[in-house]
Amino acid sequence: MPKQGATEGPENAPATGAAKVIETDALIIGAGPAGLFAVFELGMHGLSAHVLDALPQIGGQCTELYPDKPIYDIPGFPRITGAALIARLKEQAGLFDPVYHLRTRALGHETLEDGRHAVTTDTGLRFIAPVVVIAAGGGVLEPKRPPIPGLAAYEGRSVFYAVRDREQFRGRNLVIAGGGDSALDWAIELAPLARRLVLLHRRETFRAAPESVRRMREMVKAGEMDFVLGQIRGLKGGAQAGLEEGALAAVIAAHGGETFEIPAERLLLFFGLAGKMGPLADWGLKMEGHRFVVDPATFQTSCAGLYAIGDACAYPGKLNLILSGFHEAALMAHHAVSRARPEEAHTFMHSTSMALLRDRLG
Amino acid sequence: MVKITFIDPDGKKHEVEAEEGTTLMEAAIRNMVPGIDADCGGACACATCHVYVDPAWAERLPHLLQRSETEEDMLDFAFDVRENSRLSCQIKITADMDGLVVHVPQQQG
Ligand SMILES: Cc1cc2nc3c(=O)[nH]c(=O)nc-3n(C[C@H](O)[C@H](O)[C@H](O)COP(=O)(O)OP(=O)(O)OC[C@H]3O[C@@H](n4cnc5c(N)ncnc54)[C@H](O)[C@@H]3O)c2cc1C
Ligand code: FES
Repeated sequence: MPKQGATEGPENAPATGAAKVIETDALIIGAGPAGLFAVFELGMHGLSAHVLDALPQIGGQCTELYPDKPIYDIPGFPRITGAALIARLKEQAGLFDPVYHLRTRALGHETLEDGRHAVTTDTGLRFIAPVVVIAAGGGVLEPKRPPIPGLAAYEGRSVFYAVRDREQFRGRNLVIAGGGDSALDWAIELAPLARRLVLLHRRETFRAAPESVRRMREMVKAGEMDFVLGQIRGLKGGAQAGLEEGALAAVIAAHGGETFEIPAERLLLFFGLAGKMGPLADWGLKMEGHRFVVDPATFQTSCAGLYAIGDACAYPGKLNLILSGFHEAALMAHHAVSRARPEEAHTFMHSTSMALLRDRLG
Repeated sequence: MVKITFIDPDGKKHEVEAEEGTTLMEAAIRNMVPGIDADCGGACACATCHVYVDPAWAERLPHLLQRSETEEDMLDFAFDVRENSRLSCQIKITADMDGLVVHVPQQQG
């Protein structure tokens, strides 16, 4: 059996106080399909890797956005779900003992005098590596925030994008906005707890599991929650409503040209996730939109030793496909090894001829 | 080439030339029109390429307002959805769209 890579092993626990320095052959930013396959490709060339991801789990879009959806265009797999593909990629990468650092976001970058790169994280780590691979997809996936003036003052106090502590909602007037599975699941679950729960959605149709839609309609009929047609327009609260800063009084919504208020002390917003490239976009690399411009022969960015693969890279003809990310990982690794180990001679080898793979996998 | 005008919420106009057969979203991205994010690259999976078709054009080419079921579903993840809302990656540019005007929403999310 291949050894599985450690997940935040004890040797990586950030030391208290100063930034903990970790030296490695390669640092991969992003544990989506491209980043995971990069572990394998770099491993085939004898380079070991640490992998960062801001999310609590590996898999990027495949696990965060569509774990149960079948994918039909992975060579050799006529049909495989997002989650199953990631499990296999993890097993394949595990052969080379990658170290995963989850809930860890890459922040700063600097090129050192010896040509290696230093990358810092929001968890106080500092990685030093000759090869850094940006496999960050469309960036860190974060909940979409509606364009409401003054929204920030309410966030974390009365407006939320996820349920961390359900007691927050006990005995409160709660509005849940959105029409997908998250909105419905939480409406069903929190309705018994809330004083009054209003589900606010722009149309009668819901894009959610039929069973949840049925249950929600039942609860509406039984008077256990309310469903209101409309879209969110604004918030009322704070000093203007004679309340503390960040305290919510009502949600202002509109439908069919009519604007109305729904009393609310808490608001949960479920409008999906959007990628934010965040600090990586400030590294001074050449970009096209939110993507890093690369040389499609090497996948190097405008800075030597910094590579970009998967959805995060841009070159003529680029397609945002998992398949393309795999190809990009292979070419990247082929080039990266000569940078990480310039003193060694590098020959191209097929996996079928590699003794290490034969020994471990038979 | 087909001329398309994107108008941002402040009224600023961005005129671009687009090729027939490509999408409105691609035209916006290629010309770096601000306010069109297109995170999913046109897969109708992100709703960050939301635009409003100019009412005069909606009248002239009513099919510009026809949304597929998937697009309608994805619009649940956009803000301030109106009757003339479209995901620009789902609009294929045709010759009769020369001069088309669309409005960019305040925020994609
Ligand atoms: C609904 C849907 C269906 C799809 N169907 C298909 C399909 O059928 N076939 C296909 O080939 N493709 C499909 N795709 C596209 C495919 O999922 C992407 O092309 C693929 O996930 C890209 O992989 P990636 O590894 O480049 O990036 P991602 O999967 O986006 O992963 C990037 C990771 O990097 C992390 N990250 C970003 N910035 C940082 C940072 N600063 N610090 C730490 N971590 C960071 C993110 O948290 C994320 O986990 C689909 C996409 C969607 C949304
Ligand atoms: S680009 Fe993502 S839905 Fe249009």
